[in-house]
Amino acid sequence: MTELLLRNACVIDPLNRVNGDVMDIAIRDGWIVESVGNGAEVIDARGFLTLPGGIDSHTHICGTKVNFGRYMMPEDMRAGRTIRKGVMHATSGYSVPTTYGNSYRYSAMGYTSILEGAMAPLEARHTHEEFSATPLQDTMANTLFDGNWPVMEAVKEKDVKRAAAIVAWTLAAVKGFAVKLTNPGGTEAWGWGKNVTCIRDPVPHFEVTPAEIIETLIRANELLRLPHSVHLHCNNLGAPGNYQCTIGTFDLVPDLNKERQSLYATHVQFHAYGGTSWKDINSKAEPVAYSVNRKPQIVIDMGQMMFGKTTTMTADGPMEWNLYRLHHNKWSNHDVELETTSGIIPVYYSKKSLVNCVMWAIGLELALLVKDPWQCLLATDNPNGAPFVRYPEIIGLLMSKRYRDEEFRTIHPDTGKRVILDTLDRELGWHDIAVMTRAGQAKALGIAKIGKGHLGVGAEADIAVYPIRIRDTDPSRDYAAVVSAFQRTAWTIKRGRVVCRDGDVVVEGTNRTIWANSRVPEAFDMGRDPEFVKKFDRYYTVRMANYPVQDAYIPRSGCIESEAVL
Amino acid sequence: MLLKDVVCPYCACLCDDLDVTVEGNRVTGVDNACDLGAHKFQAGNRLPGPVRPTEKGWDRVSREEAIGFTVDMLLSADRPLIYGWSTTSVEAQSLGIHIAEEIGGVVDATTSVCHGPSILAIQEVGHPGCTLGQVKNRADVVIYWGCNPIEAHPRHLSRYTMYSDGFFLENAFKERTLIVADIRPTESANVADEFVHLKRGGDYAVLSALRAIVRGKTGSIPSHVAGVSRAQLLRIGEVCKNAKYGAFFFGMGLTQTVGKYKNIRNAIELVDELNRHTKWTLTPMRGHFNVYGFNEVCTWVTGYPYAVDFSRGMAFYNPGETTAVDILARKECDACLVVASDPAAHFPRAAVEHLAEIPVVQIDPVVNATTAFCDLQIPVAVTGIDAEGTAYRMDGVPIRAKKILDLGYPADSEILREVYQQIRDRKKVREVKPV
Repeated sequence: MTELLLRNACVIDPLNRVNGDVMDIAIRDGWIVESVGNGAEVIDARGFLTLPGGIDSHTHICGTKVNFGRYMMPEDMRAGRTIRKGVMHATSGYSVPTTYGNSYRYSAMGYTSILEGAMAPLEARHTHEEFSATPLQDTMANTLFDGNWPVMEAVKEKDVKRAAAIVAWTLAAVKGFAVKLTNPGGTEAWGWGKNVTCIRDPVPHFEVTPAEIIETLIRANELLRLPHSVHLHCNNLGAPGNYQCTIGTFDLVPDLNKERQSLYATHVQFHAYGGTSWKDINSKAEPVAYSVNRKPQIVIDMGQMMFGKTTTMTADGPMEWNLYRLHHNKWSNHDVELETTSGIIPVYYSKKSLVNCVMWAIGLELALLVKDPWQCLLATDNPNGAPFVRYPEIIGLLMSKRYRDEEFRTIHPDTGKRVILDTLDRELGWHDIAVMTRAGQAKALGIAKIGKGHLGVGAEADIAVYPIRIRDTDPSRDYAAVVSAFQRTAWTIKRGRVVCRDGDVVVEGTNRTIWANSRVPEAFDMGRDPEFVKKFDRYYTVRMANYPVQDAYIPRSGCIESEAVL
Repeated sequence: MLLKDVVCPYCACLCDDLDVTVEGNRVTGVDNACDLGAHKFQAGNRLPGPVRPTEKGWDRVSREEAIGFTVDMLLSADRPLIYGWSTTSVEAQSLGIHIAEEIGGVVDATTSVCHGPSILAIQEVGHPGCTLGQVKNRADVVIYWGCNPIEAHPRHLSRYTMYSDGFFLENAFKERTLIVADIRPTESANVADEFVHLKRGGDYAVLSALRAIVRGKTGSIPSHVAGVSRAQLLRIGEVCKNAKYGAFFFGMGLTQTVGKYKNIRNAIELVDELNRHTKWTLTPMRGHFNVYGFNEVCTWVTGYPYAVDFSRGMAFYNPGETTAVDILARKECDACLVVASDPAAHFPRAAVEHLAEIPVVQIDPVVNATTAFCDLQIPVAVTGIDAEGTAYRMDGVPIRAKKILDLGYPADSEILREVYQQIRDRKKVREVKPV
C-alpha cells in the first residue's frame, strides 16, 4: 500500500463543483480516497493551482502517419532533442517528437491522458506499439471508419444495426476507443485521386453520401453504448467557404445521449472559413459558434493554429494533396485498403500570411464565442495547428484580452477586416480553462466514470500542480506568468505517484490503453457473418485471423465494457 | 497438426496465409509459400548453443557466460556498433536500440546497404504510398523498376499485383498492364506487357524523360534515352497518365546503382507528377522479413530510421558517417554486436577487414559468413518459426509472426533483454517499478 497526501492544494475540479478551494487530497494506491494514515508521504502544494491531470481529446502522437512524419523529417527531429538522463530516454523532434519526447513534454505540462486522433484499423498494432513507448499517459485511439467498405455497404442498405455490429467487431479487434470519421467518404474517393466537397456528394462506386455515413454512425454509436460519441473531422477541411458545410453537418446531428454530446467535431478552426478563395478568406467563427450554442448535442475542439513551424498530418489524404500543391514542400500519402488514407506535409504558419492570420484568429474566436466551455475544448489538432507545447500560450491568449491585442498588433495589418477577434472582450477564467483542458474532455470522452478528469473520492489520482497562485495572479495582466505556469508543473502525479517534478521526469512509467468493447448479441457477431468474412478474405491482404491486435500489445488494459442494444 | 494462416518469416511480403504442417516439433509440410519461404521453415542448420572460437576449433559456452561476455565487450568499448535486425522482431529491435542508447553506441540496420537511399530520397521529397491491398483492389497499371519480384519476392505478383483478384477489376490479369524496367531481361520482364530495357546507369535519365513526357514536354525527348526509344517512352507515358490507378514498385536495382538516392527522388517526383493526372502510389520492395520494422521502431524511439549515433547522449543521424559500413571502414568501431543479419557476406571488403580486427558477438540462429569473424555466437530462435513477434510488411502493415515450434532456443529479445538489464545494473541505472 502506498499513500500520498497532497496538502494545501488550491483545487479547481469542475466535475465536482470545486472552484478554487484550498484543500488536501488523500491518495492510496493510485486512487483518491477520503483520508490516509499518518505514514503517508506528504507533498505541500503551497497553495498552487491544482487540477485533475490534463486530457488531450484530439492529438496525433502514435501510429503510422505520426511515425512517417518523423521518418520523413530529420530536420524536425534535430529541432528538438534532449539527451539520455536519469530515467529519461533521449528524445528528438519539435513538431513530431519521438514517443518519449511526447510523453515527457506532455507530462511536464500536467497531461496524464491522451487520445490519438486517427488510427487505421489495419495498422492498429503499430499505434499500440507506440502507445507502449508513451509511458506517462493513459492512451486511447480514435478508430477510422470514414472509408470503411463494409460500413458503407451497410449505410447503403440503411442498416444501422449492421453498421453498429461492424463497428463493434472492429473496435474490439483493434482495441480502439471510439469511432472516428475523417472526411467521411472523401478518403475512399481519394483511392481514385478524387474527393467529396461536402456532405451531399456521393462516394464513387459506393453511392452513399457523407451525410448518410455520419447519420448512420451517430445512431450506431449510441446503439453500442460507447463511452465517446462519433468523433468527426468534417468534409472539406481548410477550404474557403467551408463553414456552410460544417453548419450543414451540425444540422444533421440528433440529440441522442443525456450524458454527453452525440457528435464531437474536431479542429473546427479548420472548418470555419468564409470567402470563395484564398484571396477573400474570412472568419465564419460566429455562425459556427452560433450553431454550437444552439446544439447541446455537439462538442467541438478549437483546432487552434499558432504561428511557426509545424507538420500537418491527417487521415484526410486529399486535403493534404491540395495543401502540397499550395506549399510545394514535401508530401507523403498513405492509403489503407478498405478503410482510409492519410497524408503529411510540413508547414510554416507565418504572421505575414493573411490566410494564416485569419486561421489564428478563428480558433480563438470559436473559444470566445462558444458560450459554454464544456462545448469547446482546447486543442491544436497537435501538430496540425501547432505542437501541443504551445497550449500554454493559447491559455494565455484566452485569459487575456491584452495579450491578444498585443499579438494582434504584430500580425498582418489586414487581418482586422477579415475577423472579429479584436472586438471580443471576453476573458476566460481559471475554471473555464480547467473545463477546456481536462474536465470537458473527460465528459466528452465518457471517461469521467472511470475516474478521469476529476479529483473526487474514487477518481484516479492523476493530478497536475501548477506553480501559480490564482488569488495573487491577474491573468488579464500577468499572462506571461500564466503561460509559464502551464508550461511546467511543479508536480505531475500519475496514478498516485509523482512522475514529473519541475519539468523533469522521475519515473519510467507504463502506459495503460483505454479501449471500448461493446458486447453484441451473437446474431450480430461479424466474426461469424458469412458475407463479412467472405469479403474480408477476398479483399484484404491480411488474413482475418491475423487482423485482431493480440493482448500482447496491451500490457495494461483499461477496457470499458458496454452492452449493445441491437 | 495443420496450422493455418501462418506468417512467413522470409521476405517483406509477409505472406500470412501459409498452411504449415507440424509433426513431432518439426515442420513436415508448407503450403501456399514460395520456395524461399518454404525452405526457411525446413532449413536445419541451427547451431546447438553459444560457441566461442579457440585455437583448435569452437568451444560451447553457457548462456550466462555468453551474456556476460557480450556485456563486457559492449561496456568496455569506446565506439561500439550494434548492427543487423532485418530478420528479427520489433521487440528485439527496440531492445537493441535501447542498448545502444545506454552504452552511447551506434545502432544501424541492413537498411543502410539496401533501401537507405530510398529513405534519403523520402526525406527530401516525401513518399506517396499505400498498403498493398490498394494495389490489389484498384491498380490497372503496375511498374516494377530495378527489381525482379518473380525471383526475389515470388508471391508479390499473385498476392498483391498482377494475378491477384481485386474489387474494382473484374478480370484482374487481363485488365492490368505490367511494365518492367531493368538493365537486363529477367523472369519478371518475361511476363511484362512492356519491358523497358535500359542501359546500366540510365535510370535517372529515363525517369527524367518520363517526367518530361507526363508534363507534356515531349519535344525535348531525344530518339533514345539510355537505350530506350522515344516511341516506347511516349507510349509508357500515355499508359501511365491514362491509368485509373498506377502502382510503382522499385528495388535495389534502383537504390544501389549509379545515382542512388537521386534515382528514387526522381521516381517519387514522377509519381507526384502523375498524381496531377490520376492516382499513383510508390512502394519500395523491401527485402528481408522485418527490415522495415527496424526503420519504424528506430524512428519512434530515436527520431531516425537507421544509422543513429548515441555517443553524445542524444540521437544523432548522419548516413555516410553514422552508417555501419562507414564506421567500420574508417576503423572507428572497436566492438560489434551483430543481430539477425550477415554483414560479412554483404559489406565491402574494407568494412569486413575491420570486422576481423575487433571483438564481434553475433546473435543469430545459423552459421553464416559472419560466424568466421565472431568471438562469440549465440544461437537463438527464428522469429516466425520458434519465436513470435511483430514484423512490418514492406508497405508498413504490422503483423504478428507466430511461434509454431518450440526448439528450446531463446528469442533474440530474451537474450537482448538480459544484456540490457545487466548493462543497466552495471551502470546502476535506477530500476523503477512500473507505475
